[in-house]
Amino acid sequence: MADLTNKERMKIQKHHMPEQDPLERAKNFLEVNLGYDTATAIEEAQRCIQCKNKPCVEGCPVRVDIPGFIKQIELGNFKEAAAILKKDNALPAVCGRVCPQEEQCEMVCTVGKKNAPVAIGYLERWAADWERKNIGLQKPELKPKTGKKVAIVGGGPAGLSCAGDLIQMGHDVVVFEALHEIGGVLMYGIPEFRLPKVIVQAEVDGLREMGVEFRTNQVIGMTDTVDELLKEYDAVFLGVGAGLPYFLNIPGEHLNGIYSANEYLTRVNLMKAYDFPNSDTPMFNVMGKSVAVFGGGNTAMDAVRTSLRLGAKKAMIIYRRTEKEMPARVEEIKHAKEEGVEFFLLHAPIEFYGDEEGWLKGVKVQEMELGEPDASGRRRPVPIEGAIKDIPIEVAVVAIGNGSNPIISKTTPDLKVNKWGNILVDEKTMKTNKKGVFAGGDIVTGGATVILAMGAGRTAAAAIDEYLKNPDVWLEEKKEEVTN
Amino acid sequence: MNKIIEARFLAPDVKLFRIEAPKIAEKRKPGQFIILRVHKNGERIPLTIADSSTEDGTITIIVQGIGKTTKHLNTLEAGGEIIDLVGPLGKPSHIENFGTAVSIGGGVGTAIAYPTAKALKEAGNHVISIIGGRTKEFVILEDEMKAVCDEVYPTTDDGSYGFHGFVTQKLQQLLDEGRKIDFVLAIGPIPMMKAVADVTRPYGIKTVVSLNPIMVDGTGMCGGCRALVDDKVVFVCVDGPEFDAHKVDFSVLTKRNRMYLSQEKQSVEEFEHKCKLDAKIKEVANG
Ligand SMILES: Cc1cc2nc3c(=O)[nH]c(=O)nc-3n(C[C@H](O)[C@H](O)[C@H](O)COP(=O)(O)OP(=O)(O)OC[C@H]3O[C@@H](n4cnc5c(N)ncnc54)[C@H](O)[C@@H]3O)c2cc1C
Ligand SMILES: Cc1cc2nc3c(=O)[nH]c(=O)nc-3n(C[C@H](O)[C@H](O)[C@H](O)COP(=O)(O)OP(=O)(O)OC[C@H]3O[C@@H](n4cnc5c(N)ncnc54)[C@H](O)[C@@H]3O)c2cc1C
Ligand code: SF4
Ligand code: SF4
Ligand code: FES
Repeated sequence: MADLTNKERMKIQKHHMPEQDPLERAKNFLEVNLGYDTATAIEEAQRCIQCKNKPCVEGCPVRVDIPGFIKQIELGNFKEAAAILKKDNALPAVCGRVCPQEEQCEMVCTVGKKNAPVAIGYLERWAADWERKNIGLQKPELKPKTGKKVAIVGGGPAGLSCAGDLIQMGHDVVVFEALHEIGGVLMYGIPEFRLPKVIVQAEVDGLREMGVEFRTNQVIGMTDTVDELLKEYDAVFLGVGAGLPYFLNIPGEHLNGIYSANEYLTRVNLMKAYDFPNSDTPMFNVMGKSVAVFGGGNTAMDAVRTSLRLGAKKAMIIYRRTEKEMPARVEEIKHAKEEGVEFFLLHAPIEFYGDEEGWLKGVKVQEMELGEPDASGRRRPVPIEGAIKDIPIEVAVVAIGNGSNPIISKTTPDLKVNKWGNILVDEKTMKTNKKGVFAGGDIVTGGATVILAMGAGRTAAAAIDEYLKNPDVWLEEKKEEVTN
Repeated sequence: MNKIIEARFLAPDVKLFRIEAPKIAEKRKPGQFIILRVHKNGERIPLTIADSSTEDGTITIIVQGIGKTTKHLNTLEAGGEIIDLVGPLGKPSHIENFGTAVSIGGGVGTAIAYPTAKALKEAGNHVISIIGGRTKEFVILEDEMKAVCDEVYPTTDDGSYGFHGFVTQKLQQLLDEGRKIDFVLAIGPIPMMKAVADVTRPYGIKTVVSLNPIMVDGTGMCGGCRALVDDKVVFVCVDGPEFDAHKVDFSVLTKRNRMYLSQEKQSVEEFEHKCKLDAKIKEVANG
C-alpha cells in the first residue's frame, strides 16, 4: 500500500458511511451510523496523502495529529492509531461522531480540493471504537501522587477532559455533578441514535478506574459553594455548561405541549421517558401528533428526529433564516431530511394558541424574506407583510439556544462574568479572576461544541498543574495586569 | 445513597422520613427543597425539607402518597435507602419580623409551611397557624406547630375536629374579629392557595404561596417548572418556590400540573396492581 502514489490516493472515492435505512431508523433509537468495517477503514485511510503542511491539523481545535493516526490505520496498527488520537483528544469516540468536521478538520483537507475530503471524523470514530471493542480503553501511565486535590464542577466534556489530564498528572480529582448521571450534554442532550450512551459510560468508567472520584447530586452553589470547595481543594475547575434555556417570549408559551429542548431531550435521554411506564418519567404522548421544533442547530435536529422516533405523525423544523445559516452539522440536516422531517425555512413563530384546558393547538408563523446583511454579514430575515399562517401542532419544542445558568455566579459574587453571565477567563490558562479557580467549556464561550469544551478542559488542566506547583504565580500575574 | 433513619405515618398516606444527608442538613434554610429518586428508573420529584438536625446529620421530609413515586416512597422503611437525593434547592423563605404572621397549611402543605412558620416565630413574629385537613385524621403536625407558634387552629372540612370549615373560612373569621394580620403564608392544594389569595387581596395583606409545578432537574436547566407570576415567566425551582400570592396566575399552574394526568394514572394503577400481586404472592408463600 505504501506503493500507492498520491495521484492514486486522490482518485479513491470517499467511503460511504453505512447507516440504518432512513424509514427504519426513524422508528428506533439505535445509532444511525453503523461505522466502517476494518477493510473500509483501511481503504479510507489510504485516501490521506500525508501532507507535509498538515492543514487538517490546523483545522482541528485541539490539533489532533490527523495524518499520524490515519497512517497507523492504513498500516493496520490500530492500537497505535487510538493512542495517537488520545494524546490530543480525550474523547475521540465522541468527537468522531459529533464534531462539525465539515467546518473544521475536513474543511481544509487537501484531498477535499479535488475530491471529497478524507473522512477524518469517521476514521477517528472507527479507531476509538476499535480500541473500546477489541482491547478495552487503554489506561495511560499515571504520574506519582502529588498530594494535591482538585475539584471539578460539572461532568460534561470540559470537566471530564480536565479530570482525565489531572489524574494522569498525579493529582487527586473529585468531579461534582448536579444531576444523577455523569456526562453533561453527552448524557442528557445528545440522543442515543447519534451518540450511544455506552460510549460515554465507558469513558467515565475509564476515568473512575484511573482514580477520579465522581460525586453526583451535588449542585455547587447550593450543596457547597465555590469558596467552600476552595477550603478543601487546592484548585477548582468550573465546567458547568450553558444550561439555561431561552424561550421565544411570545404569547402562549406556557401552554401544555410546549417544551424547551433541554426538557424534551432530558426527559427522553436522561430520564428514559421513551420507555414509559417501565421508566417512571412521563412525557407528552407524541404518537400520531404534529410536532414543531423551533431553531436550526444540532439541538433542534436532535429534538425533531427524537419526535419521529416517539411516533410523531408530522415533525417540522421552523427556522427564521435559510438552510445555509443553520448551525447544525450538515450530516444531521441530511439525516433529518431523509427521515422525513419537514423544513419550514424563513418562518418565525409569533404566537402559540391553545384550547380552554390549556393544551397547545397550533402556532401562528410569520413568513420572512432575506433583507440587507447585518453586522455578522448574514442577510437578515425581515417579515413579509401580511404573510402569516397557522400551523396546527400539538407539541412545540423551543431549541433556540441556552444562556448561562447563574447558580455559580450568584453564589460566588467575586467571580467576574460578562453581561450574559459567561465566566471571564484568560484564554491561555483558563484562569478566572479568582485565585485557584479555572473555568472552561460552554460556561465561558456560551453554547459551543464538544471539542472546544474538551480543549478548554485540557488547557485548564495544564495551567492547574503549573499553578499547583507554584500557587504564588497567580498573584504576580495579577500584579502585572494591574501595573500594565 | 442516603440512609433512611426513621419512617412513620402521620396520617393516612402521609409519611414522615428522617434521612441521612449531613451536608444538606447543614446547609438548608426554611423554604428549600430536595429532589429525590427512589429507584434507577425513577422519576425525580421535589419535596420540601420540613426539618433538619445538624447533630445527627439528618433531614426530615413529609410525603403525601398521591402518585407512583410518592406511593413507592411511602413503602420504604427505616434502614432503607434513597438512591439519589440532591439539595438544598430553591430560594429560602424571606423571613422578617412582619408583626403578626399567619401560616396556613392544607393537608401535606402544613409540613411545607412548618419550617417557615418556625423561622417566622424565631424572627419575632406573633405566629398563628391554621392547619387544615379533610377530616380529623388528616390534620398533621399539630403538636409540632403548637411548639413553635403562638396560636394553632386545626380545621376540618367535615367538622370532625377543630374549626368546622375550610382554612380560608377560619382566616376570614380572624379578619372579621378585627385581628391585625401583617403577613400570610399559604401552602397546600392550588385551589386553597388561590382562595387564600382572594381572601387577603382586599385587605392588602402581603401573602406568600409556595408553588408546586412539575419539575425535572431543579436547577434552572429545563424550564419545565415555569409559571406565570406578574405576567412574567419564572422558573419556580430557582426563582421560587415562594411567590407573591396576589401575582401568581393559578389557572396556568393548575393546567400545567395536569399535563401528565393520563400517564400518571396509568403509572399508579400499574404500581398498585403490582403491590397487590406482591402481597398475594407473599400470602400464598406464607401459606
Ligand atoms: C442537544 C444538543 C446537541 C448538541 N450537539 C452537538 C454536536 O453534535 N456537536 C458538538 O460538538 N456539540 C454539540 N452540542 C454542544 C455540546 O454538547 C456542548 O458544547 C458541550 O457539551 C459543552 O460541554 P461542557 O462540559 O462545557 O458543558 P455540559 O456538557 O453542559 O456539562 C456541564 C455539566 O455541569 C453540570 N452542572 C451545571 N451546573 C452545575 C453546578 N452548579 N454544580 C454541579 N454541576 C453542575 C451539568 O449538569 C452538566 O452535567 C450539542 C448540545 C446540545 C444541547
Ligand atoms: C417545591 C416543591 C415542594 C414540594 N414539597 C412537597 C412535600 O413536602 N410533600 C409532598 O408530599 N409533596 C410535595 N410536593 C409535591 C410532590 O413533588 C408531588 O406530589 C410529587 O411530585 C408527585 O409525584 P408522584 O409520582 O407521586 O405523583 P404523580 O403521578 O406525578 O402525580 C399524581 C397527582 O399529583 C399531581 N401532581 C403532579 N406533580 C405535582 C406537584 N409537583 N405538586 C402537586 N401535585 C402534583 C398530578 O397532577 C396528579 O394528579 C412539592 C412540590 C414542589 C414543586
Ligand atoms: S477532534 Fe474533531 S475537529 Fe479534531 S480531528 Fe477529530 S473530528 Fe476533526
Ligand atoms: S489534509 Fe487531508 S490529506 Fe492532508 S494530511 Fe490531512 S487528512 Fe491527510
Ligand atoms: S425544574 Fe428544570 S428548570 Fe426548574
